Amino acid sequence: MSLFFIVALPFFGALLPGLMNSAGRAATAGVTFTVSLAAFLGLLTNLPSVLAGEVVVARVDWMPLLGLNFSLMLDGLGFFFALLILGIGLLIIAYARHYLSRDDNMGQFFTYLLLFQGAMVGIVLSDNILLLLVFWELTSLSSFLLIGYWKHLPEGRQGARMALTVTGMGGLAMIGGMLILGQIVGSYDLSVILQQRDLIQADPMYVPALILILLGCFTKSAQFPFHFWLPHAMAAPTPVSAYLHSATMVKAGIFLMARMWPVLSGTPEWVMIVTSAGLITMVLGAVIGLFKHDLKALLAFSTVSHLGLITMLLGTGTAFGAMAAMFHILNHATFKAALFMSAGIIDHEAHTRDIRRLGGLRKLMPVTFVIASLAALSMAGIPLLNGFLSKEMMLEEAHHTVLFDTPWLVPGLATFGALFSAAYCFRLIGHVFFGPVRDDYPAKPHDPGAGLWLPPAILVSLVVLIGVAPFVAEPFVKLVTASVLGTAAEVPDAHFKIWHGFTPALYMSIIATIGGLVVLALFKPALRLWDAAPRPEAKVIFDAIVAAAVGLARKLILPLHNGAFTRYAAIGSVVIVAVGYHAWTTGTVAPQTRDMLPAGPVPIAGWLMLVVATIGLVFMHRNRFLSLILIGIVGLMVSVGFVFFSAPDLAMTQFTVEVVTIILLLLALNFLPNQTPIESSALRRARDIGVAVIGGLAAFGLSYHFMLRDAVATPISEFHLANSYKGGGGTNVVNVILVDFRGFDTYGEIIVLGIAALLIYALTETLLDGPVRARLLNRKPTHRRAGDEHPMMMVVLTRGIMPVVLMVGFYIFLRGHNDPGGGFIAGLIVSIAVVMQYMASGFGWASARLKYPYHGVIGAGVLIAGLTGIGAWFFGKPFLTSAFTYVRIPPFYKFELATAALFDLGVFLAVVGAVMLSLESFSRLARQATSGPSNEHPMDIDPSRDEDPQETSEKEAV
Amino acid sequence: MELLVATAIGILTAGGLYLVLRLRTFPVILGMSLLTYAVNVFLFTTGRLSVGAPPILRDGVEVYTDPLPQALVLTAIVISFGMTAVVVMIGLGAFLGSDDDHVDDQPETDQSTSEGQS
Repeated sequence: MSLFFIVALPFFGALLPGLMNSAGRAATAGVTFTVSLAAFLGLLTNLPSVLAGEVVVARVDWMPLLGLNFSLMLDGLGFFFALLILGIGLLIIAYARHYLSRDDNMGQFFTYLLLFQGAMVGIVLSDNILLLLVFWELTSLSSFLLIGYWKHLPEGRQGARMALTVTGMGGLAMIGGMLILGQIVGSYDLSVILQQRDLIQADPMYVPALILILLGCFTKSAQFPFHFWLPHAMAAPTPVSAYLHSATMVKAGIFLMARMWPVLSGTPEWVMIVTSAGLITMVLGAVIGLFKHDLKALLAFSTVSHLGLITMLLGTGTAFGAMAAMFHILNHATFKAALFMSAGIIDHEAHTRDIRRLGGLRKLMPVTFVIASLAALSMAGIPLLNGFLSKEMMLEEAHHTVLFDTPWLVPGLATFGALFSAAYCFRLIGHVFFGPVRDDYPAKPHDPGAGLWLPPAILVSLVVLIGVAPFVAEPFVKLVTASVLGTAAEVPDAHFKIWHGFTPALYMSIIATIGGLVVLALFKPALRLWDAAPRPEAKVIFDAIVAAAVGLARKLILPLHNGAFTRYAAIGSVVIVAVGYHAWTTGTVAPQTRDMLPAGPVPIAGWLMLVVATIGLVFMHRNRFLSLILIGIVGLMVSVGFVFFSAPDLAMTQFTVEVVTIILLLLALNFLPNQTPIESSALRRARDIGVAVIGGLAAFGLSYHFMLRDAVATPISEFHLANSYKGGGGTNVVNVILVDFRGFDTYGEIIVLGIAALLIYALTETLLDGPVRARLLNRKPTHRRAGDEHPMMMVVLTRGIMPVVLMVGFYIFLRGHNDPGGGFIAGLIVSIAVVMQYMASGFGWASARLKYPYHGVIGAGVLIAGLTGIGAWFFGKPFLTSAFTYVRIPPFYKFELATAALFDLGVFLAVVGAVMLSLESFSRLARQATSGPSNEHPMDIDPSRDEDPQETSEKEAV
Repeated sequence: MELLVATAIGILTAGGLYLVLRLRTFPVILGMSLLTYAVNVFLFTTGRLSVGAPPILRDGVEVYTDPLPQALVLTAIVISFGMTAVVVMIGLGAFLGSDDDHVDDQPETDQSTSEGQS
């Protein structure tokens, strides 16, 4: 199966669980399992090539100029991790099916899980580091959703936030590191980068890149000092902990270190940073883990510790260390996922995870006991289990590693960590399963059904199999190691064996095991000592840092962004003018090339009306009705100006838009106060006048200068004029541009218009659902209402005129291609015709006669326009290529048929739908507010109208 | 003629800016409408002014005005209607929800004192 499918399957599959939610839990889990299984099998089909040592690649250029290509590759390392992700994923899905309770939204859970799975597979198969970063961030996001899955738990939400903050910050650092790396090499493709070891390590930017990338890896893999988020992420449901926080996501950092191993490792910086971070994490995690009473917290810290171990192994920079690391990743994934699932089982059955409240479960839950004990013994490093083998290799490697010129430091600390690691494993077995059976468990524990214990059992059988017969895993681990090492080193010759003879590692191992037993025996006094010792609490520190950052951000932002729109507008205007002024003074000013057109008395009269109306509007804006009339005059004059300056289409559009805008504002004014109070101080008004005058002068200067000079380059309009008839089949060039040359623009515009209308509809719905509804119903009109809300003259007139207006609209639409007109204008005219019916005959009467909802009209318009565009594909042409022909059907004259007309029909419908939906939404608000039943018949006369509200209020006042 | 159009643009801009800087939603909406006119006319003039040369192809006519700015402005006019409608709706919703049609966030202390007074 193509690599694309393996990555894409979980992402597309993520849609399914949500859809299957209503089909029941089994179906939801089943479909998720099937998706994962398909990806898993797809991965296995690539096994032969991987075993043959080939690298499977799949590549699509995405943004080649940025170096961002969707290229995937599958080598041994990628295959290994993908196998873990998908294989353990399958077990987790089966386990989660039985783990989640009926109250949990299973579809949501599996959707998140599949998203995570896809992102994770994406990381390990990426061949492009930018693509890898995208997937990297996706795992942070999906793990945030998964950790916070139980939204009702505050720990879950806080843990999710903390995980997102820490891993997100690391991700940011890593982006920086990766970009530096790409700059050094000159390519963002991993396969290229991995060949450039010497170039990268010699570059002065190597250390910054290394540190930034390691920050990403350490945060993701919970390495000291970023280890604290992992235990808090344990608030997640156990399947998540088992999947993300033991087997997969936390290993992403380690994966990346392994991936980058050939080019980044081996330098003193690498050894020092990675090895010491790993060592500290390993010891710290083991010691803290021992004293945790929550089973999952104990396992979380043990995970931290083991991740430290693997990091340390990678840090040593030797081929043997890398091989041990790969082997331990495999082993850790098997026993730790099994342990987490066992912890989940105990929690599920005993209703507690507190070790102090457990004990004696050996007799009550024998199956769980066997599974958990085998896994825990493996983790402790007991022979015949797989943990022993990799731990021996780790100790062997530690024995040869020298840090800070102190030969005993690394082996000593490694043994110390292993000792505590053994101790907590023994504690887990001893304190949970051994001891007397108690009678105060929160619930009566017993072994669960096979659905819960089978997945961990499968993993534990692997634990035993590899432990007894290590040669089974050896070829595979060596294959993976070979792809980690690349060309940088040879795969070591060592064989995986249980018995290596009396080596230092064996002695260290024996010390650790016996020491672990001793520590367990001394657990009670040790715990008292531990509890008495002062310890920094990571969460408190983290919260303090976050609070400080939030405080700083507030201090910086709030004074600038104080919610005063007028201030932003004033500052914005002044800045724009200032920038323009700068450009003006520093640029060259061309000489005047055009003569001014002479102005006759008529244009001057029009200009005077416009100017007087504008000035009047500014001075009288407090009277809102008057200002509406004035702005109507301004709009009218602008339309007349368009006619005068050879733009008939614009004039028609402006004129009709003016009508609907005024109706819209009237509807709004129905609710808003009719007067604007005087609020601003004289100083403030002076400031605003200053800003306005400056802005006005700038606009005047710019346009005056502009109009008297010809364009610097030849306008592309020549092309449009030349090709309008030949190529577009229309003589109205403006319309041909709209529906043909720039049809895609127009298509976008009608979609925007539709969205705007839907937004208005949605806002109305929200308002009418909320407390506003009651307010509207109780609203008293401020003005005396008309006695005949639907005057007879108007009703008769509008009904009579309706067919005429529709006819005009139809005519304007049809002539649009060759004469002024077209879909936009026709749509506005028809809208006005319909609005007139609403106004004259009332909302109830008009909407009762409405056959198609306006949403549908918008949708139909966009669909028709889109399908017309798609139609071109069937003729092998690009989207929206138009065609036209001339036909003659006797007895008619020859006429034109063009696909552009069909597109224009879409525009027409979208405009009608959008305008009507907006206006209708406003009227629905108004309808709520009118008292009494809505009219069913027009021309109703209401004799019981209220008295003049002003008179009433005066009477009441008296 | 150019002078007339340019002064009209300037006056429309100045009036629009002044109204946009007012404190209540309605004048701000009117101000934005004025600014829209100004911007549309300005965009229109990028094709330079010409009288009696509409871009409708006719036999024997050689001089046409620039059609491209017209097409752009035509859609801009329609879109600005959609934008005005959305802004009006938001302003109306805010007013109906809180009985307050200020465009700026009001300081919280002011509200509590005015409530105390009434």
